[in-house]
Amino acid sequence: MLKRNLLKSLIGVVSVVALTTVAFAADPVKIVYIGKNTGNPYFDSITGGFKDACKSLGCDFEFVAPATAEATSQIPFIEAQVQRGVKVIGIAPNSPDALNQVFDAARAKGILVLTVNGDITKNESHRDATILPTNFDIVGHDQVEMVGSLIGYEGEIAILSATTEAPDQNKWIVGMKETLAKDPKYAKMKLVATVYGDDQPEKSTTEMEALLSNFPNLKGVIAPTTVGIAAAAQVVQGRKIADKVHVTGLGLPSEMRPFIKDGTVKAFQLWSPYNEGWLAVHFAKGVLDGKVKNEVGGKFDVPNLGTITINPGNSINTQSALTTFDAKNIDEYKF
Amino acid sequence: MKSLGTTFLRREAGIVVMIVLFCLVVGAVKPQFLTLNSLRIIFLLVPLIMIGAMGQMLVIVARHVDLSIGSILGLTAMASGMMFRFHPEIWWQLGFALSIGSGALLGLFNGLLITLFRLPAIIVTLGTLNLYRGITFIMSDAKQIDRQYVPTALKEMSQDSPIFGIPWIIFMSFGIATLTYWFSMHTRIGREVFALGSNPTAAPLRGINVSKVTLTVFTISGALSGLAGIMYASRWGFVNPSNTGNGFEFQVIAAVVIGGVSINGGLGTALGTVLGVLLLGCVAAALPLLGIPGTTQNAIYGAVILVALLIDRLVRKQGQRQNVARAAA
Repeated sequence: MLKRNLLKSLIGVVSVVALTTVAFAADPVKIVYIGKNTGNPYFDSITGGFKDACKSLGCDFEFVAPATAEATSQIPFIEAQVQRGVKVIGIAPNSPDALNQVFDAARAKGILVLTVNGDITKNESHRDATILPTNFDIVGHDQVEMVGSLIGYEGEIAILSATTEAPDQNKWIVGMKETLAKDPKYAKMKLVATVYGDDQPEKSTTEMEALLSNFPNLKGVIAPTTVGIAAAAQVVQGRKIADKVHVTGLGLPSEMRPFIKDGTVKAFQLWSPYNEGWLAVHFAKGVLDGKVKNEVGGKFDVPNLGTITINPGNSINTQSALTTFDAKNIDEYKF
Repeated sequence: MKSLGTTFLRREAGIVVMIVLFCLVVGAVKPQFLTLNSLRIIFLLVPLIMIGAMGQMLVIVARHVDLSIGSILGLTAMASGMMFRFHPEIWWQLGFALSIGSGALLGLFNGLLITLFRLPAIIVTLGTLNLYRGITFIMSDAKQIDRQYVPTALKEMSQDSPIFGIPWIIFMSFGIATLTYWFSMHTRIGREVFALGSNPTAAPLRGINVSKVTLTVFTISGALSGLAGIMYASRWGFVNPSNTGNGFEFQVIAAVVIGGVSINGGLGTALGTVLGVLLLGCVAAALPLLGIPGTTQNAIYGAVILVALLIDRLVRKQGQRQNVARAAA
């Protein structure tokens, strides 16, 4: 290294000298986060956490994402980042199995591969750890409790989901159905339909309109997807029936704020995407520096989040339960 | 000439029959489909497609195609969205001027590439489909314009109006359809679009300025996509760099072709196109109402488009045979 620096200084290019001085001081760890697709406001918040943590820990951060959320569209991005010499790849995987090989290749070069905000279920051995916003096993239950509390635990409810094959959505829907079937607290609530708006506003709107036409006694709708909940709220707002049909689900405060303010939606839930990025960087830097051991049961401290435990399957959660947003607290959240 | 008139009417009558039959069948299963409320849902679903379809109809009649309209919609919606976000003090109505104006320029650019370099429209607009979408990402830094930035008055245009509470955007879409009818039937350049499409080789010999007609149809298509762009912000209350307008071209081209516009150019009417748009709107509104599972809706939607095209083709063949028979007699 020194020899090369001497050689370069001999050439006498001022800029090169400046560059090598920086390289000498500390080679900043390069961290990349690969999103599902560009233009998805949800990832702005995760990226914000990555950026701030990288600023405070002194690493070099980049966000990239393919134009479309197809199964294989992330592969060239991963390959390019490996070429660039990143030390950490954080990724929201678009497929549970299409990325296995390219992950293996990256890890063979000593790169830490973390799935952030979504895991490669059944292929966990191809990544080092996963950072999920909350325990996805309890999301279904919490959403049923949310809608139950809004409708007085009695009456017809429906689910407006994203696409039919979305793994997280389906996991939560199973959780909702199990909760409704088993817990006597929800015995008087009846799930009348599960429909899919494909995360398009047009389709979500027609599905929501159809729910209202087909089930005139509908009292609650759970839309566990950011596009769906906004579309459902817009329909309810347009029809002025917020007192009869309660829309809730998982939404972004930035998108839902107007509906909370005018009373169309009383409350909805989510986690903090920001904290996922924040935690991912602290974890990764700790592992690279040898301060954190990536093993089940291991504990480490993250500023603002407290002590975090590595759960079975090298799974790390940023929070134990969903955050509920309502008129009282929505202005505290800036994402 | 009289027989030509009847073929036109026959084609449009065919679509009307299809719409009525479809609605009756759906209504038999789900009576709530035959209510004013359904009509409202359908009419709120189609305005953007109808406006895009009017421009596309002219382009296809001129024997071209414009695949870039969805990206023009996205870019022009984003341009206004960013104006709303970063300059909320500006009079919001200027969003219409900005979106329509920028849409016209993007359409003109398509037309210039096609006429100056004699490139096929399908290739040029396939290129600008990606180019315009890419520019949308660059200028927005891939950030969505959230609901809170879109002016309330603009959003209300999709919800209400003083005239029986029928939202403004519905009037606007039918207004554009009427204007297109007038343009295509009663203006010199409108008729030249048909002349060019029915025989591109003969058109210049008859003194038609082919470049001018081509530039006109693409500029109109771009401007109308721009209008659809600002209406997207009104209807859905947000602008997203990747979703907004994505796939719009397919919905629009399907509606235009179902509406009896010949993909070989020279044939098509504004009325037929309106009916094609309405048929697609009925289908889109009916599928979820019938409780058809999400997994099969796409396949059925596609099948309905094909069936509509086949019926249209059969009706047209029948009509031609009768005309030939009449001419022979």
